[in-house]
Amino acid sequence: MKAFSQLRKNLKNDFSNLKPVKIALLGDTATQFLSVALRGAGFDLGFDLQIWEADFDQVEWQIFDPASEFYQFNPEVVVIFQSSHRLLQKYNKLKPEEYSSLAQNELQLIESLQTAVNAKLNSKIIYYNYAEIDDAIFGNYANKIASSFIFQVRKLNYELMLYAEKLPGFYICDLSSIQNNIGKATIFRPAMYINTEMVLSIDVLPAIALRTVELIGALYGKFKKCLVFDLDNTIWGGVIGDDGLEHIQLGTLGIGKAYTELQYWIKKLKNRGIVLAVCSKNTESVAKEPFEKHPDMVLRMDDISVFVANWENKVSNIRQIQNTLHIGFDSMVYLDDNPFERSMVGEHIPALTIPDLPGDPADYLEYLYTLNLFETVSFSNEDTERTKQYQVEVERNAGKHEYVDEYAFLESLDMICHIEPFNRFNAPRVAQLSQRSNQFNLRTVRYTEADIEMLASSADHYNFTFTLKDKFGDNGLICVVILHKENSETLFIDTWLMSCRVLKRGMENFVLNTVTFFAKTNGFKSLKGEYLVTPKNGIVKNHYRDLGFREEGAFWILNPAEYQSKKSHIKKSDE
Amino acid sequence: MDKNEILKKVNAIFIDILDDENIVLTYETTANDVEDWDSLNHIQLVVAIEKQFKIRFTSKEIQSWNNVGEMVNSVSLKLN
Repeated sequence: MKAFSQLRKNLKNDFSNLKPVKIALLGDTATQFLSVALRGAGFDLGFDLQIWEADFDQVEWQIFDPASEFYQFNPEVVVIFQSSHRLLQKYNKLKPEEYSSLAQNELQLIESLQTAVNAKLNSKIIYYNYAEIDDAIFGNYANKIASSFIFQVRKLNYELMLYAEKLPGFYICDLSSIQNNIGKATIFRPAMYINTEMVLSIDVLPAIALRTVELIGALYGKFKKCLVFDLDNTIWGGVIGDDGLEHIQLGTLGIGKAYTELQYWIKKLKNRGIVLAVCSKNTESVAKEPFEKHPDMVLRMDDISVFVANWENKVSNIRQIQNTLHIGFDSMVYLDDNPFERSMVGEHIPALTIPDLPGDPADYLEYLYTLNLFETVSFSNEDTERTKQYQVEVERNAGKHEYVDEYAFLESLDMICHIEPFNRFNAPRVAQLSQRSNQFNLRTVRYTEADIEMLASSADHYNFTFTLKDKFGDNGLICVVILHKENSETLFIDTWLMSCRVLKRGMENFVLNTVTFFAKTNGFKSLKGEYLVTPKNGIVKNHYRDLGFREEGAFWILNPAEYQSKKSHIKKSDE
Repeated sequence: MDKNEILKKVNAIFIDILDDENIVLTYETTANDVEDWDSLNHIQLVVAIEKQFKIRFTSKEIQSWNNVGEMVNSVSLKLN
């Protein structure tokens, strides 16, 4: 991790090609350094964070005054830092009989801040939770008495989680967890606090800034979707081809415990929706044997979406995995115990994230914890199904070779699509798809769950979601279209995005048929599309041209009345 | 370590943190003489000096210095 002075030097770099995001930073202690660290860390993640910083201790003033500079600035993300030192000062001034209501009162204040912000702005809010301070008034007994400060701080952190859980646009940045990892003696320097009102030491700012910027990154679609890992000496001890099934180290054998615990971690990632892929230099049948037969293996074949074991080089194998999954290298993490393989892969595929695993396998897990590789801003039921969907995709592609022509193949899939507007059941998945889809995404406007709920009830928007089922399995919700009624004649295609899992199935034709039919039956004269280029959405560059739209300046126009329905192998579900 | 040596090292830290090659410190230099030496940068300088010499200043010391010479004195007292 970079030091604060290095982050600060980042500020002199050229930010002009980076993604701009307007951030408002409000704190009850001095935040100037935090602001510098955020902007510097943002640079390294590809963001031009344009930070407006409230004056010292102006959180309530800025947020409760509708005419404040804060609202004039109109931020996309609001970062609020209220420190536990200030909280302790508040507590100190209370009458003893009021001590036990500290957390409740504070939560009410936070709720009213959030409500005030979101009444005027459609911004996401990032709120730092509280780093614990034990004021040692009660000793261990503090845990048995609600009026102690530590009891109230922990209660507040817990209540904040409950609050965040039900509020899609409100995110917690886990300062408490950072203090647990780094230690209070490092995070807090009393001499600095006394002199400057700064409660975060210079040494800890990079860690906090990084954690915050990773969260902001996830809000704007930068997060990991896939974990690729090596086998020998990475997820078990020893070499399966040499040592044999009985002698690889797992469970209680040798340092097997370290590997078993790592496997549990990988399994939890899979359950969370991270796609797993194996990339190993091995004979395939030998590499698969532990997954099928070893009693102490936590990971099994059905946890793995893509299994590549052969004697080719790892670079081309990882490229093959990426190709099968249709995701960017920058959303993949590669685990390998061998520094040589790591550096070779890293040299050829620089976008890939490759943790520098420590030499001792006992350290693997703790090291991986510190990297915070899998930041996310959403989690839906769909995530838990993802592995199966990719497995089916691999199977489906295998089936493709049996058909001589594409047409017969598509016809044989028995594809069925269910169309639905946004509702509260599909909102989490729609939001997630909006954040995840980079390639098949015409305008790459990111919407969160809160945005989707607003769009669902907007009178000027018409929303479509598409699912796709076929004989191999259910792909779930894979396509979203948002139409904006510009006027009584024109429908603007604000969003058209699709999961790359279902490329080349004729889904585009089916979606266009649906949308045009809607436009026509509702009396619209023109369907207006736009392509906004990003580094990743080159595959839809000619999307509107290919579908028969006519170019008009920066936009693409289609007249629904003249539209001829396109051939599609997909049937509409009657459900 | 003698004071001249400390001053040299402190000078290098100033150049690095304030990102200005032209800074030449003497014992008499004050915050008014160095562009960008404001209260915020002061904290960064203090932390960098602490790291360099592996020492820690008290909150009183941080507030007490009137010029670079007094700062160097504090360092020297802690080292010797």
